Amino acid sequence: MIVIGELINGMYKDVGKAIANKESDVIQHLAADQVMAGASVLDVNTGPYSQNPKDDMKWLIETIQGVVQVPLALDSTKADVIEEGLKLVAKRAIINSTNADEAKMAVIFGLAKKYNTQVIGLAMDKSGVPNSKEKRLELAAAIVAKAMEFGINAEDLFLDPIVLPLNVAQAQGSEVLESIREFRLLCDPAPNTTIGLSNVSQGTKFRPLVNRTFLTMAVANGLTSAILDPLDKELMDAMITAELVLNKAIYCDSFLEAYRKR
Amino acid sequence: MPIELIKEKCSSPINSVEIGVSGKKVVTIGGESAMPFLFDEGNMPNAPRVALEILDSEPAEWPEELIRPFGDSLKDPVGWAVKCVKDFGAGILCVRLQSTHPDYGSKDADHVIPILKSIIKETAVPLIVIGGGDDERDNIVLPKVSQALKGENCLLGIATQNNYKTLAATALADGHSIIAESPIDINIAKQVNILISDMGFNPHKILMHPTTTSLGYGMEYVYSIMERGRLAAFIGDKMLAMPFILFVGSEAWKTKEAKEAASAQGVNWEITTAVSMLQAGADLLVMRHPEAAENVRKYIEIVMNGGGKK
Repeated sequence: MIVIGELINGMYKDVGKAIANKESDVIQHLAADQVMAGASVLDVNTGPYSQNPKDDMKWLIETIQGVVQVPLALDSTKADVIEEGLKLVAKRAIINSTNADEAKMAVIFGLAKKYNTQVIGLAMDKSGVPNSKEKRLELAAAIVAKAMEFGINAEDLFLDPIVLPLNVAQAQGSEVLESIREFRLLCDPAPNTTIGLSNVSQGTKFRPLVNRTFLTMAVANGLTSAILDPLDKELMDAMITAELVLNKAIYCDSFLEAYRKR
Repeated sequence: MPIELIKEKCSSPINSVEIGVSGKKVVTIGGESAMPFLFDEGNMPNAPRVALEILDSEPAEWPEELIRPFGDSLKDPVGWAVKCVKDFGAGILCVRLQSTHPDYGSKDADHVIPILKSIIKETAVPLIVIGGGDDERDNIVLPKVSQALKGENCLLGIATQNNYKTLAATALADGHSIIAESPIDINIAKQVNILISDMGFNPHKILMHPTTTSLGYGMEYVYSIMERGRLAAFIGDKMLAMPFILFVGSEAWKTKEAKEAASAQGVNWEITTAVSMLQAGADLLVMRHPEAAENVRKYIEIVMNGGGKK
């Protein structure tokens, strides 16, 4: 599993404040802690309140790269903010994200080609998040087709079926899980899949339990990556164990530790 | 239409482990990034190596054919070691401290240390030193041996899941590498490696012994265990990325087919076992009969040069 650490996001109060006041130690701790806990990629999002997202994105990247050397997922709805970031990244980045709209895909895949990045593709379009797996599959297929037009390999795509909160869209759980499995069949070699996990537990009771249950089920359906909180140790343990059940790693009594030694 | 072969690419190679000291002779074991001899898929920067095994006291139950090439030198471990290097071309020696075992005299470290030091002095080849096989005695003798050989960068054994702490601690303190053994069990192999590296032991100083069995005695099980471990290592399992050591000599010559038959059969038994283990991914073979060792070295040379292609 490719774990994308979600915590460097200006939407969180402390991170938003750290960005506004340029408190680099807060960001650097978050970066180092997430990598230590098993994140192999870090998501970077300046948040909705950033006054100057381009500068904030640049500052975040430089600050993070001062302590850890992992790929970054540049997370913004604005292509120019992403491009500013792409000029600075030390490792091959992931663009987070495009949706299935023609115009958006053209811009994002153009950037991906220019800067040799990977891309997260959201299975949604102008009309919003689909409510069936068929529609999700249709949009995912459009993303794969467009990526190929730009000469981007399927393995460099992370298709996201869009996870919705359990308490408001309960019927969507199984649609999403089945989508993950079917996305993998869209082409060969298969595209990667990802989910923004925390969304599933938004507004629910027992959030950590909901998160790790959903993640385990998603892993069983072939999920290859997730944007999540790697500091949630029980969540990470559940993920490691799920992969073990699928025979993706060799069992030993210290299997949790073995995974973390990788 | 030509058939296109599927080629596997590995994302993480096997560790390279050095034995011996620079200035004298050093060998590097492991480092490969493909299944054995599949040079189209990756590299084998270090050819598999063959060590000759000697005992620190005269062997008690060796068959005639195994005694023949060594003659009287078997009575003198240092002379035996020199013969292995000078006459039989051994580039690595493995000394089994048989005399420390209760069945063979329970000799102390004071007895074996001078022998080992003389061997190092006379041969200057990298040394593997393994205990007599009695856990209790090994835990008394091996720490002293380790200390006496400090700085020689030997390969010490054998650590198991239930008996690794003493040896790992002492080898760590004295800068030696270690052999981690498991009973034909990939789960335990991984676990022993974790346990040893948890003590602060550098994973790049560990060799795995998956247990050796010989031709006709379950060799296939070892083969499949090694294959499984290797494939996991190549996709990034760091706790299985250690090179393999196999004691083919001692195992092959335990069999009745080797012991009781006319001369050539024992040698062939050892060769066949060794070659099969090379094809399973062995990086270091510990052998007994010099003719068998010589043949296996030739085999390695041929396959490393592309076999029939060249």
